Amino acid sequence: MASLDTIYPAVPIKVKAATNQEPLWVRVILISISLTFIGLFLFLPLAAIMTEALRKGIGAYLESFQDEDALAAIKLTLIAAAISVPANLVFGAAAAWALAKFDFRGRNVLVTLIDLPFAVSPVIAGLVFVLLFGLQGWLGPWLSEHDIKIIFAVPGIVLCTIFVTFPFVARELIPLMQEQGNEEEMAALVLGASGWKTFWRVTVPNVKWALLYGVILCNARAMGEFGAVSVVSGHIRGKTNTMPLHVEVLYNEYNFVAAFAVASLLAMLALVTLALKSLVEWRMNRTDVETIPPGKE
Amino acid sequence: MNLLKKKHSVLPGFGLTLGYTVFYLCLIVLIPLSGLVVRSASMTFPDFWASVTEPRVVASYKLTFGASLAGALINAVFGFIVAWTLVRYRFPGKRLVDAIVDLPFALPTAVSGIALTAIYSKNGWLGQYLEAWGIKAAFSPLGVVIALTFIGLPFVVRTLQPAIADLDPELEEAAASLGARRLQTFLRVIVPTLLPALLTGFALSFARAIGEYGSVVFISGNMPMRTEITSLLIITKLEQYDYAGATALALVMLVVSFLLLLAINVLQWWSSRRFHGGIA
Repeated sequence: MASLDTIYPAVPIKVKAATNQEPLWVRVILISISLTFIGLFLFLPLAAIMTEALRKGIGAYLESFQDEDALAAIKLTLIAAAISVPANLVFGAAAAWALAKFDFRGRNVLVTLIDLPFAVSPVIAGLVFVLLFGLQGWLGPWLSEHDIKIIFAVPGIVLCTIFVTFPFVARELIPLMQEQGNEEEMAALVLGASGWKTFWRVTVPNVKWALLYGVILCNARAMGEFGAVSVVSGHIRGKTNTMPLHVEVLYNEYNFVAAFAVASLLAMLALVTLALKSLVEWRMNRTDVETIPPGKE
Repeated sequence: MNLLKKKHSVLPGFGLTLGYTVFYLCLIVLIPLSGLVVRSASMTFPDFWASVTEPRVVASYKLTFGASLAGALINAVFGFIVAWTLVRYRFPGKRLVDAIVDLPFALPTAVSGIALTAIYSKNGWLGQYLEAWGIKAAFSPLGVVIALTFIGLPFVVRTLQPAIADLDPELEEAAASLGARRLQTFLRVIVPTLLPALLTGFALSFARAIGEYGSVVFISGNMPMRTEITSLLIITKLEQYDYAGATALALVMLVVSFLLLLAINVLQWWSSRRFHGGIA
């Protein structure tokens, strides 16, 4: 029997190498454009923050953090994040359990509604709380009668922060838990575990990286939010200024070194966030590969 | 009506978690937002219309939408190139570039605002050269475009990256073997396939820019009629205790945002159909 070789003799066919690759000069140009654009828009601002903060030397830089108002701003930022991140974490876990593990009518509407705060501009997020709790707001007269301050005080700042960071954890968990299905939880229940135990021992370990990812993003936004808290804070130095608001106050007073010093702390927070995010993404991809359930691809 | 009624499942905790979800959602999001709508419903329509069409407001719309559009277009072009090089080519520093693309998400907007102002003001690193050419970057509409480009950049890149990675190499090989030059393949095969993702990224970047506040207020200079964005005007009205005016303006922006969100959802649906419904 004739082999394929005799029917189709191996004629050297001229194949243009790598038809899917652009010529070298095109690649070099595109990479240069890409690097220049990223350099101009992303690296340059980072460099500018550090340069401006250190303009008058390391001494002046460190002195910026001796200021009581700066310390108060750092403290308030930490408080706002410490309340809003756990609040949205609990919500995210509850929402993901209800929306990913069960199927019911109106489910898609709820998923869409959870994303709503991302579509609302920060200034409007602040405004809605002023309309609710401000002196001219719905609850304003009642609140002032009982001497409760929400707007231009810490509770308003915390509320706004919760609003703008609302979807972060939920939107990471819902698609993942839905994809994972209910089989493992059901197995645990059949074996006699309680609902809580199933949640802690089966569900949480399965989604831990996504959970962490959501928390990291939520925290970064909580500490960095500016527009929304700016509307409700009233900018009282040492009392209702978060770090980003303190940056604005210092900047508008032409105290540039101090403004950029506080900004540099926030920039470092952003870089840590990006590093953690990359790390978690890498871990998530790894666990994806390791634990593809049989039968699915 | 069996709305919110689950189909049978043996897992516990449905009532508790769903109840808490709906309660928390209403408390934090739905009730506050509905307050805005109720508030503006208490205005008469002529009052509402007059307050959202006064000249200073219209000037702010023009700047906000114009600059957002310009920023989103710049991002569509350069974001495409960045996404393409990140997926297709290898070059030194690639992983660093890939990680830093998300910087505008992670950096607080006020910090980006003062950093960009420092760079583009007339004594800044780039501002001094632009000034020498007679271009005023900071405290002009151009500054607003720069800030909105910065803020929207990750949306285009992050939407395009998976789409480019998913491109079927056989399509390009087929085009090449049928005699298409690389540029033809790119324009006739690659761009049409990526179009839904590109449009989605563009729309996301545009939507984010419309509502942006922090990064713009420092670099824009906030001159009424010239460099004042709508978000800032809402705050200005609020500070003058013009609650009705602020609410009306906020409602207009909210409606625009929701329409954009709707458009983005339609685009994403189109995009997912293109990828899963096309070649079997």
